[in-house]
Amino acid sequence: MSESKKSNGPRGKVTINSELCKGCGFCIEFCPADVLDFSNTFNAKGYHPPRAARPENCTGCDLCGIYCPDFAIFGVLIKAVA
Amino acid sequence: MEPTNPVVDYLRMDRIPHIWCPGCGLGTVVNCFVRAIHSCGIERDLISVVSGIGCTGRMAGYLRLDSFHTTHGRPIPFATGLKLANPKLKVIVCSGDGDLFSIGGNHFIHAARRNTDMTVICVNNFTYGMTGGQVTPTTPIEAVASTTPYGNSEEPFNLPHLAESAGAVYVARWTTFHVRQAIKAMKEAVQKSGFSFVEIISPCPTLYGRRNKLGDGLEMMRAFKEKSKVKNGADTREVGLDFKGDIICGKFINRERTTFLERYNTRMAARLGAAYKPYEGVL
Ligand SMILES: Cc1ncc(C[n+]2csc(CCOP(=O)(O)OP(=O)(O)O)c2C)c(N)n1
Ligand code: SF4
Ligand code: SF4
Ligand code: SF4
Ligand SMILES: [Mg+2]
Repeated sequence: MSESKKSNGPRGKVTINSELCKGCGFCIEFCPADVLDFSNTFNAKGYHPPRAARPENCTGCDLCGIYCPDFAIFGVLIKAVA
Repeated sequence: MEPTNPVVDYLRMDRIPHIWCPGCGLGTVVNCFVRAIHSCGIERDLISVVSGIGCTGRMAGYLRLDSFHTTHGRPIPFATGLKLANPKLKVIVCSGDGDLFSIGGNHFIHAARRNTDMTVICVNNFTYGMTGGQVTPTTPIEAVASTTPYGNSEEPFNLPHLAESAGAVYVARWTTFHVRQAIKAMKEAVQKSGFSFVEIISPCPTLYGRRNKLGDGLEMMRAFKEKSKVKNGADTREVGLDFKGDIICGKFINRERTTFLERYNTRMAARLGAAYKPYEGVL
C-alpha cells in the first residue's frame, strides 16, 4: 500500500458473515490489499472464518466477495478515491 | 444502514448454505455469473437459466431468476424449446463438463451448428463431481478418476475447439482464479446474438483434486494462477489441456453468423412470400 492511500484512511469496508464460511482461504489469499487473516475462533461448522486484521487497507474492491464460494464476505466502497 | 452482499439479491437465500464442498469453485462461478447478468442490465423477467444434473446443475436452483433444473444432459434441448417459444428471452445454460459433453454432447454440437441464440457456460472440473469422481470427456490423459485408477488413457475434448468447429460465434475460456475476466466474458456471451460458449475451469478438490494429489481448493486456485497463459484470439486447435500443463485462457472466437430463427424466417419468407408472417414466438 502506498503512503497516500493510508493517510486518506480506509476507502472500503469488508463485512464477514462468519457462520456461512467454510474456511477455503480464497478471500485471504486473493485480497489485493492484504486485509484478511484467519481468525483463531471457530464457527458453528468448525471452520476458522477470516477476520479483517488490517481494515485500514481495505479499498472496497469486493474481490473477496467475488471469490468467496460461500457468499460469506464482501467489500463495499465507503469513500471515493481522492 | 449495514451494507448487504450484492449477490444476495440474486440468490434464493432460503436454500443457502448450499451443498457445495469447502473450496469448490462453483460458488465463485455463481458470483461471476450474477455480476455479469447484473451488468448486462437485462430485465430480470427476460432471463432464464437452465441447468442439467450434477454439482454444477444445482446452480439453477440457487439463483433467484426464472430457472429450470432439467434431466441429465438435457439443458440445451430444454433451452432450445424455451428460446423458440419465446424468442425475447435471454436463455443461459449453466452446467457441468459431464452433463454437457458426455450424455449431452450431441445437443451441444447441434445447437452450435444451428446457431441457436443462447449462451452455454460450462463449469469444467474434469470430473463427474456429484456421482463420485468418474472420468468425463474432459478428464486429461494421466488423471486418476474413480473409473480410471491407473490414470485416464482417453484423449479428452478440447472444448473451445469443439465449440468453434461446431459453429459457436463466441468462445472464451477462463478459470475461477480469473474472476474479472470471467465476468466480462459471461457478459459478452450473454449479449452476443447466436450460440455463445464460455468454459470456466473450476476446482473440485473433493473428488478430482484429492485423487490427483492436487491439494485443496486454494492450492488448485494457485495452480490455475501459475499455469494459465492469456492468449486472446489463440487458434483453438492449440488450447487443449494436459494434466498439470499450461491453461490457455482468453477470448478465442467472436464472429457473426445468421441465427437459427433469422435463417428460418428468411427461408420461409423466400418460399411463401408476403403470405408468411415472420415467426416471433407463441406467446
Ligand atoms: C440419465 C442419468 N444418468 C446418470 C445420472 C447420474 N449423474 C448425476 S450427475 C452426473 C454427472 C455430473 O457431472 P458434471 O456434469 O461434470 O457435473 P459436476 O457434478 O462435476 O458439477 C451423473 C452421471 C443421472 N442423474 N441421470
Ligand atoms: S472465501 Fe468465503 S468461505 Fe472461503 S475463507 Fe473466505 S469467507 Fe470463508
Ligand atoms: S474489499 Fe478488496 S481490499 Fe477489502 S477485504 Fe475485500 S478483497 Fe480486500
Ligand atoms: S464434489 Fe466437487 S464439484 Fe461437487 S461440490 Fe464437492 S468439490 Fe464441488
Ligand atoms: Mg464436472
